[in-house]
Amino acid sequence: MTVANTPVLVSDAAESETTRRHSPSGPAKRARGLAKYLALTPFAAYVIVFLGIPTTIAVVSGFFTDEGAFTLDNVAGLFAPNVLATFGSSFWVSAVTAVVGAVVGALVCYALLGTRADGPLRSFIDSVSSVLAQFGGVMLAFAFIAAIGSQGLITVLLRDSFGLDIFADGVWLYQVQGLLPVYIYFQVPLMVITFMPALSGLKLQWAEANATLGGTRFTYWTRIAFPVLAPSFFGSLLLLFANAFSSYATAAALISQGAQIVPLQIRAALVSETVLGRENMAGALALGMVVVMVVVMWGYSVLQNRTSRWQK
Amino acid sequence: MTRPSTTRPDTSVAVRMGTEPSRLVRWVILGVVGLVFSIPIVAMVVFSFRDGLGGGYTLAHWTGLFDEDAARTYRNLFTGIGNSLLLAVVTVGIVLLVLLPTMILVHLQFPRLRRTLEFICIIPITVPAIVLVVGLAPVYSVVVKVAGGSVWTLAFAYGITVLPYAYRAIQSNLDAVDVVTLSEAGRTLSANWGQTLWFVLLPNLKRGVLAASFISVAVVLGEFTIASLLNRTNLQTALLQVSQSDPYVAVIFALLALAFAFILLLSIGRIGRTRTGSSS
Repeated sequence: MTVANTPVLVSDAAESETTRRHSPSGPAKRARGLAKYLALTPFAAYVIVFLGIPTTIAVVSGFFTDEGAFTLDNVAGLFAPNVLATFGSSFWVSAVTAVVGAVVGALVCYALLGTRADGPLRSFIDSVSSVLAQFGGVMLAFAFIAAIGSQGLITVLLRDSFGLDIFADGVWLYQVQGLLPVYIYFQVPLMVITFMPALSGLKLQWAEANATLGGTRFTYWTRIAFPVLAPSFFGSLLLLFANAFSSYATAAALISQGAQIVPLQIRAALVSETVLGRENMAGALALGMVVVMVVVMWGYSVLQNRTSRWQK
Repeated sequence: MTRPSTTRPDTSVAVRMGTEPSRLVRWVILGVVGLVFSIPIVAMVVFSFRDGLGGGYTLAHWTGLFDEDAARTYRNLFTGIGNSLLLAVVTVGIVLLVLLPTMILVHLQFPRLRRTLEFICIIPITVPAIVLVVGLAPVYSVVVKVAGGSVWTLAFAYGITVLPYAYRAIQSNLDAVDVVTLSEAGRTLSANWGQTLWFVLLPNLKRGVLAASFISVAVVLGEFTIASLLNRTNLQTALLQVSQSDPYVAVIFALLALAFAFILLLSIGRIGRTRTGSSS
């Protein structure tokens, strides 16, 4: 090792000596500067081809017909009553599951306060949460069909033991409202992952200050903890909304046909080529989704920046 | 988690002041949420032992996996598993060979580009797979012409999907280690760039690199959207297909995949903990 390295040491030191002494802006340095930039090209090329170009195509193709002529037809199609209704359903499902997920997830985080961050309970819940937050999709659909499908474990139990038929009004699991319990199942763990750092950032000194100044538990939570946590809580809420809004796999596995929410409408547009008699409708729908996602994620990052103030 | 008060002297104070839940409240919340969240998993396990709609229970669905003709019956499923494993390997390759060197380079040489790189890596959260796939379809018609239609090419798209997760895992490690000083030390001791990277930087970044790889594997094994809409077969599309003819086998494999993902992510937690343990 040492022997092999010695010549490198000498030549390298000599080289940098000469460069430094003789020509700070010489061709050698320029070449090395160029090499540095060249080293960035694989990543840049990769991201351009597989992220930049697809995103651009997805967002822009809605403005063109199949022949390549500019058109506003598809984008106008976003305002057709049935497409608006689909966006409405997507908003509704995302909002309800985000709120429920955020509240339940925050409760779990609260329950974990006071446990050791590196203890077995926390690391178990961390891992379970990361698995379940990733659990969306086909496997999650299976789990809910096994639990509350028409022959599911819970369905049968409630029917046989309590005479309660959860599907008395029809099998709602395979409709939009069926997505609610299923989405909440991955929203709560995501909330636990994103909100826990903020909650454990609360300092005991603040509670002590509150107690010293004659405050109660109630004033601690309303006057101190809630204002400090609010940006993080609502930021996480927005992240959960975005998570549900963009989720496709779970819905696709549960609802095999139709276009009840926006991602499923994109599926219909991709599979059948023409929806509402329009070409490239998938592009327009993708544009609509991106607009919503950009607004939501922008709100998230604004709130996230406010949060980091307290996490120093 | 009930530590004796000697190790955590402020616990009872915190409980009294209301900043922490009491043990009862803690276990009621965790118990109720844990119970509700275990229902779907338990239901899957119970379902995998069900004997048709009759109501009896059987081991046949599990033992049937080891039948000699199982490989033929579930050929599509095994293809899907093979494809997903291949895709996981290639995706991790993309993370390690394309993302990781770029992140180290930007960290050392282009500090001004750090925010840009972060922004790029976060984009896939804002542009979800279902949107990306609209634009990927035309891109892949070109990819198929250049690289052929083999399934591994899908990993190019998955490399983008895992970008936010992999970035976060590696970046938190980069922030925790003084990479600049380390690399200067390596250079001063006459190591060339390759040696500095291999013998000095990577050992210090092992935790982030492993976490990034594991989370990438977990994400790739769960991916359905892009494979399904680009008409490729992976684990998830095969599971959905098999579930129509043999739901029991589909559920069994879903359980196995879930257990595997759990082990992967539990070990990420463990890697993180070992390091915090040794440094404090």
